[in-house]
Amino acid sequence: MPDGSEKLTAKARYSAGVLEYKKMGYWEPDYEPKDTDIISLFRITPQDGVDPIEAAAAVAGESSTATWTVVWTDRLTACEKYRAKAYRVDPVPNSPGQYFAYIAYDLDLFEPGSIANLTASIIGNVFGFKPLKALRLEDMRLPVAYIKTFNGPATGIVVERERLNCFGRPLLGATVKPKLGLSGRNYGRVVYEALKGGLDFTKDDENINSQPFMHWRDRFLYCMEAVNRASAATGEVKGTYLNVTAGTMEEMYKRAEFAKDLGSVIIMIDLVIGYTAIQSMANWARDNDMILHLHRAGHSTYTRQRNHGVSFRVIAKWMRLAGVDHIHAGTVVGKLEGDPATTKGFYDVMREEYNPQSLQTGIFFDQNWASLNKMMPVASGGIHAGQMHQLIHYLGEDVVLQFGGGTIGHPQGIQAGAEANRVALEAMIFARNAGDDYLQNGPEILARAAKNCTPLKQALDVWKGVTFNYESTDAPDFVVTPTTS
Amino acid sequence: MKLRQGTFSFLPDLTDAEIHTQVQYCIDNGWAVSVEYTDDPHPRNTYWEMWGHPMFDNPDAAAVVFEVNECRKQFGDYYIRVIAFDSTHGWESIKLSFIVNRPKDEPGFHVSREEVKGRSMRYSIKSYATDKPEGKRY
Repeated sequence: MPDGSEKLTAKARYSAGVLEYKKMGYWEPDYEPKDTDIISLFRITPQDGVDPIEAAAAVAGESSTATWTVVWTDRLTACEKYRAKAYRVDPVPNSPGQYFAYIAYDLDLFEPGSIANLTASIIGNVFGFKPLKALRLEDMRLPVAYIKTFNGPATGIVVERERLNCFGRPLLGATVKPKLGLSGRNYGRVVYEALKGGLDFTKDDENINSQPFMHWRDRFLYCMEAVNRASAATGEVKGTYLNVTAGTMEEMYKRAEFAKDLGSVIIMIDLVIGYTAIQSMANWARDNDMILHLHRAGHSTYTRQRNHGVSFRVIAKWMRLAGVDHIHAGTVVGKLEGDPATTKGFYDVMREEYNPQSLQTGIFFDQNWASLNKMMPVASGGIHAGQMHQLIHYLGEDVVLQFGGGTIGHPQGIQAGAEANRVALEAMIFARNAGDDYLQNGPEILARAAKNCTPLKQALDVWKGVTFNYESTDAPDFVVTPTTS
Repeated sequence: MKLRQGTFSFLPDLTDAEIHTQVQYCIDNGWAVSVEYTDDPHPRNTYWEMWGHPMFDNPDAAAVVFEVNECRKQFGDYYIRVIAFDSTHGWESIKLSFIVNRPKDEPGFHVSREEVKGRSMRYSIKSYATDKPEGKRY
C-alpha cells in the first residue's frame, strides 16, 4: 500500500507544478532521528478531509525548506539534508481529529545560540497554514550539540542559593500590591515591611515600569533603602526584583546598570520583551553577577489552549537555553491555570539535569541538559500559608513561593503576613525532615506552629478554606487529573 | 535582634533532640554534616570557622550532636551552625544549614549610607559586635 513516502525519480520530483508535501520528501516513516537532530512534536488538527500524514509532511515542509510549489533551485542544495522529516504520526488519545506528528530537523538548519532563529523556523509561518484547523507545539528534543551553543541561566539555582546564603527551604517572595498606583515612597514601605517580616524577596509586577505615579529611578532608590534596612534588621541577604522592562534595549541596560550600582542582587524582565532581548539581558546578567527573574507575562495567550499554540514546557526549554534564572511556572493550588501533572513536567524541565520521557507529565522525549544551569521556578498567584504542606508536596524545595495577597492582606499588617508565611514554611520543612507525614498532617503541623506565632494563627483563620477548584484546560493527554487543592 | 540566617531561625531554638532529627535526615540523604562557629554574623560572612572536617561516612546523628555540645563548651557565646553538604554532580554545595547556638545578646547591624551623585546611595551593613576584635565580641 503506497503511503506517499516512495522515492520518485528526479524528473518526476522536480517537474514544475504542485506536488503533495509527503511526496516531496517531508514524510519518511522509516527515518531514524540522529542524536544531533532537533525533534519537534506537534499536535495537528487537519481540516476535514485532509490526510493527517500529508498535514504532518506539510508542517515539516513549511517549518523547513518547502514552499507551496516545486522549485528547481532545490537542486542547487543538499536538499535532502535540509528537509525536515515527519517520521511518525499517532492519533491523540481521546481526541478525535487530532494527531501527534514527530518531525526531525537537521542541526545545520539552525544558527548556534539564537532562540529567535530556532523559533522563526519552528513556529514561524506554519501556525497560519490553511490546511490545518489548529496546530500546537507540544514538546521539543534539543540535542546536546545544540544546547552547548547557549550559555544558559546566568546564575542557576545552586549559585543563587550560595549568594543568598539560603539553603534547605523554598525561598519566599511577595509581589507588591496594588500593582499600579503606589508612589515610590509608599512602594518601598511594602518592600521593607515584607522583607523585615521574613521574606527573602519582594517583586515588581509585570506592568510596573515607569509610569506617571512612579518613575523607575524613584522605585529603585526607595526599594534599595528598604532592602538594606531589612537586611540589617534580620542579618539576611534580601532582594527585590527590580523590573527593568522598557521600550528599548538601551533603556533596559540603563535601568539594569542603576540597579547594579545600588547593590541589588536581582533584576527582572517580562517575557513580552522578546527572545532576543531576553538573551541580551541574560548576557548582561552573566557579566554583572546578577540574578535574572523572568515574569512570563503574556504566555497564556498561546500556552493555555490544548489544540493551538505552544506548550509552556517548550517555552520553559527555550528560556533555560536563553539564560534566565527565575521563571514563573504555576502553583497547582493557586488561582492560575495549573494541572499537577503538567506543572510537575514544567518544573522537571527547569530543575533536572536529565528528563526521561514521561508521558503522564507531558514530557515526550528524553532530554539531556548537558550541565546547563538550572532555573528556579516561581509559584505565584492565589497561595497562602494554610496551603504550605501542599505547596511543598507538589513543588518541592527549589522554588520561590510568592505570597502577594497572602502577605500584604494579613489582618495585622505586612510584617505579620510575612512572618506567618516564614514560620509556616520552616515548621513544615522541619516536620518533613523529621519524618512526619506532612502532607497528611499539614493542618495540625501548622496549628502547632501557630501556638508560638500569633500572626500565623491569624493567617490560618482569615484564609481558612480558600481554594481554587477548577478543571484545568491544559492537562496531559495520557492521564487526565483535575486540579486539586 | 535575632539573627534570622539558616533554615529554622523563625522557629523557637532547637533542642538537642530536634537537632538530631534534622541531622539524621541529612545523613540519610547521604550528605556530610559539619559544625561551624563564628562571632561575625554579617550576612555575607561566608566562611565561619570549621569545628573539624565535615563528618563524611558518619552514620549517626548523635555524633554530630555530641560535636555541637563540644563546640558549645568552648564557644558558648558564639553563633554555631550545622551544615550539610551534598556532593552529587550538579549540586556539590550546601543542602541544609541551621543555627544551633547563639550569643546571649545579639546587638544587630548598622546600615551606613554614603550619599553619592544624583540622589543615589551606597549602602553597607556592619555588625555592632564586630567593632571589637575577633574573640572579644560577645
